[in-house]
Amino acid sequence: MNEHPENPGPCFELKSKSMSLVFVELYYYDEQDFEELLRQKIGQAPGFFRDAPIVIDLEKYRGLPDELNFFNIIGLCRRHNMHIVSVQVTNERLVNAAKSAGLAITKPGGKKTTPVCPEKEEKPEPPAKVTSDSGNELTAIPPKVITQPVRSGQQIHAPHGDLIVLAPVQPGSELLAAGNIHVYGPLRGRALAGINGDEQARIFTLSLEAELVSIAGQYKISEDLQDGDWKKPVQLHLADGQLFVNPLDNH
Amino acid sequence: MAKIIVVTSGKGGVGKTTTSASISTGLARRGHKTVVIDFDVGLRNLDLIMNCERRVVYDFVNVIQGEATLGQALIKDKRIETLYILPASQTREKEAMTPEGVERVIEELSKTFDYIICDSPAGIEHGALMALYHADEAVVVTNPEVSSVRDSDRILGILQSKSKRAEKGLEPVREHLLLTRYNPDRVERGEMLSVEDVKDILSIPLLGVIPESQVVLNSSNQGLPVILETESDAGQAYDDAVARLVGEDRPFRFLTKEKKGIFSRMFKG
Repeated sequence: MNEHPENPGPCFELKSKSMSLVFVELYYYDEQDFEELLRQKIGQAPGFFRDAPIVIDLEKYRGLPDELNFFNIIGLCRRHNMHIVSVQVTNERLVNAAKSAGLAITKPGGKKTTPVCPEKEEKPEPPAKVTSDSGNELTAIPPKVITQPVRSGQQIHAPHGDLIVLAPVQPGSELLAAGNIHVYGPLRGRALAGINGDEQARIFTLSLEAELVSIAGQYKISEDLQDGDWKKPVQLHLADGQLFVNPLDNH
Repeated sequence: MAKIIVVTSGKGGVGKTTTSASISTGLARRGHKTVVIDFDVGLRNLDLIMNCERRVVYDFVNVIQGEATLGQALIKDKRIETLYILPASQTREKEAMTPEGVERVIEELSKTFDYIICDSPAGIEHGALMALYHADEAVVVTNPEVSSVRDSDRILGILQSKSKRAEKGLEPVREHLLLTRYNPDRVERGEMLSVEDVKDILSIPLLGVIPESQVVLNSSNQGLPVILETESDAGQAYDDAVARLVGEDRPFRFLTKEKKGIFSRMFKG
């Protein structure tokens, strides 16, 4: 009876989960410089940053605390469809400034997750975070690398970045990646790149024998792939919302 | 400690039980103390092929449930001293094979045997999972046709994820490909996948190629493991496979169409 609205069970549950977040390691803040660089980075991978949660890392911030206007940065990022959810900082003045801007505070120090429950402010709390080591550049999310054959019935998921398979991908298997998919062997199963809508994602394989290929929701089934490039090394990409197959040696 | 080998395939009717009978017989004939377990609860066949169906008193499930001891259930082969058969139950539900019970029986057998051969049922459900869980090595029986190859691929994926070795993060199960019902004639005519095709698709090492042969059917009906038909090509091919399983190096035979011998050429020319 739990699915009935009269008796809905507990309103929520607290869960602790890990996810990769984009960190912006800020060295100094100048509104114009910041926006220009942001535009440039977004241009490299528009889909990647759309509606992405962002953490501002201030551990290497060299500017004056007063130069940092959190309201200003938040607005600027929002204009580009990015959402600052948290600041990683220890400097007390900056901590207070961030808090008053309604941002969550993350303690620096690598792979710690934030506590799920205690000491909450009443603001949207980001999920527990995992930094992928120091030197986080905007696009540096490590790929998932698979060295064993992907067999029928298996599903490999790279929810945040690229997927690299150094073995055959068999019929009846499925690859999913937020970014690109590289298969250094025959691709005989299904491959879905850009599952979060990244239209810049590509699929590469040494032999196209796939059951289905898809980039950002645009797909082709095996039947549509049977022409010249079947069983050849190819890359697949989107242009004007259409999925194209190109031979890899034809440049 | 015994070496545990599962004979599996995913697909039914490809020759798992025939292979289990021949491999266990072959290992025992080389002097290794060997037991072959039928995991196919409800559809037991191994006892027929091993010609011991009239001597089944207790079975695998009886031992798991504590209704009989291993000593009571194990059937000693009449032809080979070092070979024992643990038959499947024909009447019980397959869920009667509990993971704990199977583990206990395998552990007990490990103490006294050199090889434990697990004859898996078809499919990817409980019985098949029980049969492969404890395996150190797997013989994946495959026919040279697309659906069989696909099912073998599936079972290889399961070996990599659901076996004890995978769960405990130990060295992975050693996989062997055994191609059965191979007909070089039909391969040449393009009606069957070739050895190279199957090897290429599954990408695991080849243990043996058993040619399609009337002898296999006849010997099954007579309750004689094919490997004991030493004059037949299928029997010899199984013997080669067992030799490779224990580390011998044997060239592959029966892969091409039989050439006419010099005499038939001279006389029928």
